[in-house]
Amino acid sequence: MTTEQLHDVRLHVNGSVHEVQVPARRLLSDALRHDCGLTGTHVGCEHGVCGACTILVDGAPVRSCLMLAVSAVDSEITTVEGLTEDDGTPQGRLSPVQQAFSDCHGLQCGFCTPGFLTTITAGLRDNPDPSEEEAREMIAGNLCRCTGYQNIVKSVLRAAEIQGEIQGEIQGEIERERG
Amino acid sequence: MTTKLFGTKVPRVEDQRFLRGQGRYVDDLLHDDPRLLHAAVLRSPHAHARIVDIDVADVLDVDGVLAVWTYDDLTGPMAEPLPLLIPHPALTHGRTQYALAKDEVNYVGEAIAFVVAVDRYVAEDAVARIRVDYEQLKPVVGIAAARAAQRTVHDDVPDNVGARLEQENGDARAAIAAAPHALVLDLDIERSACTPMEGRGTVARWDPDTSRLTVWSSTQTSTGVRGCVAAKLGLDLAKVDVITPDVGGGFGVKVVHPWPEELLVPLAAMTLGRPVKFTEDRREHFISSAHERAQQHHVEVGFDDEGRLLGLDVEFWHDHGAYTPYGLIVPIITSTQLLGPYKPQNYRVVFSSLYTNTVIVTPYRGAGRPQGCFVMERTMDAIAAYLGKDRTEVRSANFIQPDEFPYEHGLVFQDGRELTYDSGDYPASLAKLKELVGWDEFEDFRAEMAAQGRKVGIGLACYVEGTGVGPYEGAHVHIETSGKVKVATGLTTQGQGHQTAFAQIVADTLGVRFEDVEITTGDTRKMPYAVGTFASRAAVMSGSAIHLASLRAKEKALRIAAEALEASEDDLEIVDGVVSVKGTDAKIDLGTVAVLSNPLRYAFDEASKAATQFSVGDPGKPPVDEDDEPGLEGKDFYSPPRSTFASGMHAVIVETDPDTAEITILKYAVVHDCGHLINPMIVEGQIHGGVAQGVGGALYERMAYDESGQLLNASFMDFLMPYVTEVPTSIEIDHLETPSPLNPLGIKGAGEAGVIPSAAVFAAAIEDAEGFPITAMPISPSELYALRLEHADNSFAG
Repeated sequence: MTTEQLHDVRLHVNGSVHEVQVPARRLLSDALRHDCGLTGTHVGCEHGVCGACTILVDGAPVRSCLMLAVSAVDSEITTVEGLTEDDGTPQGRLSPVQQAFSDCHGLQCGFCTPGFLTTITAGLRDNPDPSEEEAREMIAGNLCRCTGYQNIVKSVLRAAEIQGEIQGEIQGEIERERG
Repeated sequence: MTTKLFGTKVPRVEDQRFLRGQGRYVDDLLHDDPRLLHAAVLRSPHAHARIVDIDVADVLDVDGVLAVWTYDDLTGPMAEPLPLLIPHPALTHGRTQYALAKDEVNYVGEAIAFVVAVDRYVAEDAVARIRVDYEQLKPVVGIAAARAAQRTVHDDVPDNVGARLEQENGDARAAIAAAPHALVLDLDIERSACTPMEGRGTVARWDPDTSRLTVWSSTQTSTGVRGCVAAKLGLDLAKVDVITPDVGGGFGVKVVHPWPEELLVPLAAMTLGRPVKFTEDRREHFISSAHERAQQHHVEVGFDDEGRLLGLDVEFWHDHGAYTPYGLIVPIITSTQLLGPYKPQNYRVVFSSLYTNTVIVTPYRGAGRPQGCFVMERTMDAIAAYLGKDRTEVRSANFIQPDEFPYEHGLVFQDGRELTYDSGDYPASLAKLKELVGWDEFEDFRAEMAAQGRKVGIGLACYVEGTGVGPYEGAHVHIETSGKVKVATGLTTQGQGHQTAFAQIVADTLGVRFEDVEITTGDTRKMPYAVGTFASRAAVMSGSAIHLASLRAKEKALRIAAEALEASEDDLEIVDGVVSVKGTDAKIDLGTVAVLSNPLRYAFDEASKAATQFSVGDPGKPPVDEDDEPGLEGKDFYSPPRSTFASGMHAVIVETDPDTAEITILKYAVVHDCGHLINPMIVEGQIHGGVAQGVGGALYERMAYDESGQLLNASFMDFLMPYVTEVPTSIEIDHLETPSPLNPLGIKGAGEAGVIPSAAVFAAAIEDAEGFPITAMPISPSELYALRLEHADNSFAG
């Protein structure tokens, strides 16, 4: 049996370039986890139902288990590791969505969490001020077996609140500078 | 003064790494080690077959394959059947599988061959090239087929009966015969499963330099895995370390050990001299891990005019799948915890635990209690309906009263100990539940909804849960010279927030800052004596052990500090890691006390200079007293005489669509009593999760085996686990805190509670809405619709 043909692939992930050599069939989820070493993206079902492996591809939530690594070459990818915000520390500051999950106990075992965080990050970009109903809608494609979703819904609403507060502060600063 | 953390909603410390994508689950380990190999398993496609021949010749041609093993490649203890973990005298025909099938397979998914290759893709390619010649046998699928016993799963197990166990308190049959009223019920529960988001996984590395084996496994018992690996691989226990990394949910299934892969992976790592990883995929989890729940019950009950249980006689049939590695734990729990908060005057229970050609049955959150609760609560509702009484009145008439504790049932529980409830207040719980759900106002609501053409129903269900089962857990507390406190307990963590809850206990008991406490769980290098995380036992067992170990460390700290400060121990207090003489300025840091506790010959930093032999101690005495040891540490174990019994009650209001029979949850209320709460935020999270799993189990989830033993819904696409759209939009929760007298913190377990009464409470509410009995769960809209047609036909006929 012949050796599998490998492809040189440049993946743009969280602002960095990863040069990897993968066979055509390698799932993007596996490439991110095992070739790029970004193990924060988790694989829960490998058939696109659970949403644990959700990443942002050019800003849109995508199931990385349903995409091949070779098809991601031209895209800007964001994984859970790329959600934290730069505050000068090596760790970075939790994003509003991450902070909200901590505030509201929106996670237990943490396995599904990266997929929720990326999904909600994109969701709040489209709808920064969701109603409770819309918050449910936003997370309705992701499975969690621990939390019963109660506190994840709260986390969505809390994240919108934190984001709103930050926006307000930025707006205030701009106005002060102008004034 | 340090603020007391016990009982407060302290945010979880583990969240930081999980939220940043820095958790370390088993499949994340060694990913950057180029020597890492990957395993895949050939599994039986047949539910029942003889293996005539296995041909692996094609596999060795696959580039990147390093090993392919079948049963014939196993030797010594590895060639023996897997252990029967929990033997029981009544389990007369216990059987376990081999790590790789020998001659016969008994369920779809049973491991037949094990391949190790350079990556999982290649390993799966190789698995696909293995040729097995099977002689197919007719399978036994489902309880009805197992009871009929027209054919058997194992040739040497007559009638498919693995065990039959009977317990009786009083004379139930005589009491029923003499009772003013009697009823008979037949009740069914179908299979479901834990389905944690992370499946099973194991990584192993053999270090030839130190002759040590390290195994990482996504398990609920690292000490259990360690014992099995050592025994099966013929290694001294001291040569094996088992570490449980972050675990993506367990819910019971991961307490089973050793899985075939948990032995084959370490064996391959030793044989090939390279680290090996196995990570199961979702289909493998469905067909080759474990399920639970399936039981059929026949109930006969005799009662008086008030609905008091004079005699209760229950016979049930439990489907334990193809093998019995976990013994009779699930049916024993069902048979004893069925009693809930009630005190039947006479009780007899007998069960048969049956073989079927389906995957094994082992505890799933609730572990036999949801079935028992369903049976008892359906019986209570049937009595109430028969007598025309309010359902809460019949329950009240049967409650064990608060002044009757400890209450002895005259039965033997799952731990081999007497079934004795330690404490509880069931009447108070019921009063709270009625208030919370609006029980007394419901008829007005029903009328209001009926006026709009809408159909609603209300149900309630009560349970008692034996938690904190023994034999023991231990803890080790080490105060470092930096003042940081490192704590190890041996049981494992799979999302319960132990790093936070246990640190709260340490901070309070020791008088140190919460931030200075670091908890390690599930690492046999740090605490080799442990049992595991199951049966809602972690907080009770390890929480208590950590408290006791912290007290020992504190005792020693006070003794050394008293000497250093020339004060009486009674006058000292420890606040935020500083020991001080109350009411004075005299004080000493715990870190410095740690320095003083360990007389040194060599100084390696500023702190240790203070502890060298020319600096500390009375030159007239040995540096370390005869009855003392160096270091500021505390170690202790907690081993209770018996389980502590938590309790609770749920109520639900549902609406059933008159046309589509869709079932909608309008209100869900929980009253929960797990004694003192360490962290109410975490406990409520456990309840939320349990309720969601309960909703799944009651309305959506089932294992759809066809008559040939194929699992038709072995994917998240087809097995209907609830999304946010299926769970109640809110859950009303109220707590009662009846402390346990059995442990120093007065706590009871909380992990499983949320899921126990679900089948019972939904059956009750749907029955109330529809007006005909609900006797089988789960129930789908199409099944409810079929029942409507059936009862409409009956009423025409009548």
